[in-house]
Amino acid sequence: MSTSSPSLTAVPATPRKIRKARGRRPTFGQWVLLAAAFVVALVIAFPFLLILINSFKSPADYNTSGPLALPSSLYFDGLVAFWERVNFPEKLWNSFWTSGLVAIFAVLVSVLNAFAIGIGRVRGRTWIIVIFLLANLLPQEALLYPLYYMFKEIGLYNSGWAVVIIFTVVQSAFGTYLLSAVYGTFPKEVLEAAALDGAGRWTILWRVIVPISRPTLSVLLIFFFIWTWNEFLIPLTFLVSNATQTVPVAISVLQGDRLMDVTTTSASALLGVIPTLIFFLIFQRTLTRGITAGAVK
Amino acid sequence: MASTVPFVRGSRRTRVRVDDDELIPGRGGRGVYWLYLLPGFALLTLVVIVPLVWNVYLSFTEWRGIRPPEFIGLENWAELFADEAFWASFRNSLAMIVAMVILPTGIGLVLASVLFDVIGKRFGGRVASFLRATYYLPQILPVAIAGIVIGWILRPQNGALNTILTDLGLGDLTRNWLGSPDTALGSIMVVLVWVQLGYPVVIFMAALQRVDPELYEAAELDGAGWWDRFRSITVPSIRPEVFVVTLTCTIAALKVFGPIYVLTRGGPGDSTLVPSYYAYSEFFQSQQVGYGATIATALTVLIGIVSIVFIRAQNAAERKEREGR
Repeated sequence: MSTSSPSLTAVPATPRKIRKARGRRPTFGQWVLLAAAFVVALVIAFPFLLILINSFKSPADYNTSGPLALPSSLYFDGLVAFWERVNFPEKLWNSFWTSGLVAIFAVLVSVLNAFAIGIGRVRGRTWIIVIFLLANLLPQEALLYPLYYMFKEIGLYNSGWAVVIIFTVVQSAFGTYLLSAVYGTFPKEVLEAAALDGAGRWTILWRVIVPISRPTLSVLLIFFFIWTWNEFLIPLTFLVSNATQTVPVAISVLQGDRLMDVTTTSASALLGVIPTLIFFLIFQRTLTRGITAGAVK
Repeated sequence: MASTVPFVRGSRRTRVRVDDDELIPGRGGRGVYWLYLLPGFALLTLVVIVPLVWNVYLSFTEWRGIRPPEFIGLENWAELFADEAFWASFRNSLAMIVAMVILPTGIGLVLASVLFDVIGKRFGGRVASFLRATYYLPQILPVAIAGIVIGWILRPQNGALNTILTDLGLGDLTRNWLGSPDTALGSIMVVLVWVQLGYPVVIFMAALQRVDPELYEAAELDGAGWWDRFRSITVPSIRPEVFVVTLTCTIAALKVFGPIYVLTRGGPGDSTLVPSYYAYSEFFQSQQVGYGATIATALTVLIGIVSIVFIRAQNAAERKEREGR
């Protein structure tokens, strides 16, 4: 996998000593690089800080002290007003329900597909993977109107189930791709041992393969959850009534509302940011591991 | 936005594999496994294959969504190629590629290298992972929410940016950032760079972990500075990941919808129109379903071509490298 030319390595005589000596004093240039990296971090975090500060200001406070000052007194009316206006707990629940179901269903479908492809080695599996990947690469616009029409016909328009079904397919396409590769390298001895003990394929799948691959499956579960939570185009099209909307859709629909003052808008953005921020803090490690697993295979 | 479809490397591996039998010994044959593919295939057919074919068909029809579609042959396609708005959306896609692929990948390479090669080694891994997490923060936001965050800052009246500029005595610089044709596209590009930057940084840092540390040490002993190491070790050794990142981000850039919908709805005029939003508005605002389907099909074809070109280029590069050894 390493694509660098290996002939470059002239091994230093006493590598350990050198490493120690280096660790001590960063040079001036290195301090400059550190400072630059922190400046970039500050620029990236700046919008978050602005939102945080201003969500707790009254509009009058904002107008006199500007966006950079800390609030002169904590003001919750903007947050409360927006919370009630969109019935935020309902939106949270909608997002949670949709994303949770998609994560579970998509992992199930991925496991079944990957079992056939990676363990069963069905004929033409490369092409099967390519076809599944299509579902992930295609622009959703190319499916949007037919799906809209189909779900309207069967009465699932404006229902969370439409979104659940669609994203189960889209996410499991990615899961099939990733898991097939993982299962393709599954230790054969373990499977042989289970077969010798008289276990059938179905039993081996659920009693041996799934438990052993649980770390990968949990990464997929979290990814599918967050990706579905963040989806916009299809929920926007399908979830038109207040009672079914997810967090991003509900918040964006109100943006054009002229009645919203500047601090309420900030509060609405804060409410949209918080759930994902919590996921991020909980799953930071898993996320990093997952991205790594996906890209560096 | 992090719809990451890391790509391509699998196919070669499956082909090389000598042992082609199922991994579980026993009777019954491999045919049984098709049963396990049934649910996946049924869903895929229903949600992807049928709608996709249908959409291509719709691109040859005139349809307003109510009475049956009327077949009109290539008329939509002829209209598309003469449509100034479509070409504008296409040009804006190039701007999206600059903002979502070229700038984040370039800056991301430098940042990942600085974090890995300098900060991680001299100032400790904790500082490096803290910075990495901060860079990644915008990536976990729903794109629509990210748009709202920035849209709030860019508001013309009492928006944070204009207020700050006025406070600094730079009142002349204030403007309606998203509302004027001169600055709308640029503003959106800045937003997208902000959103995208963390993704390449995280991937590249992960990739750098498989580079032999002795390479860096040897280079350093030879007196190579950070820039030399960046050029001759960092970039060449993570080339596969650079390919993956540019491919997935290019596809994401061609599909971008959320920020446009939330921030400008393609306006003012055509200045921030993108194919994805154009198709959406034809579907649901103009009720020109046939024409919307044409735009969506054209976008799909474009993404297909881009993917194939990328994959070929990657395979060619790999082959060249193998032969060069």
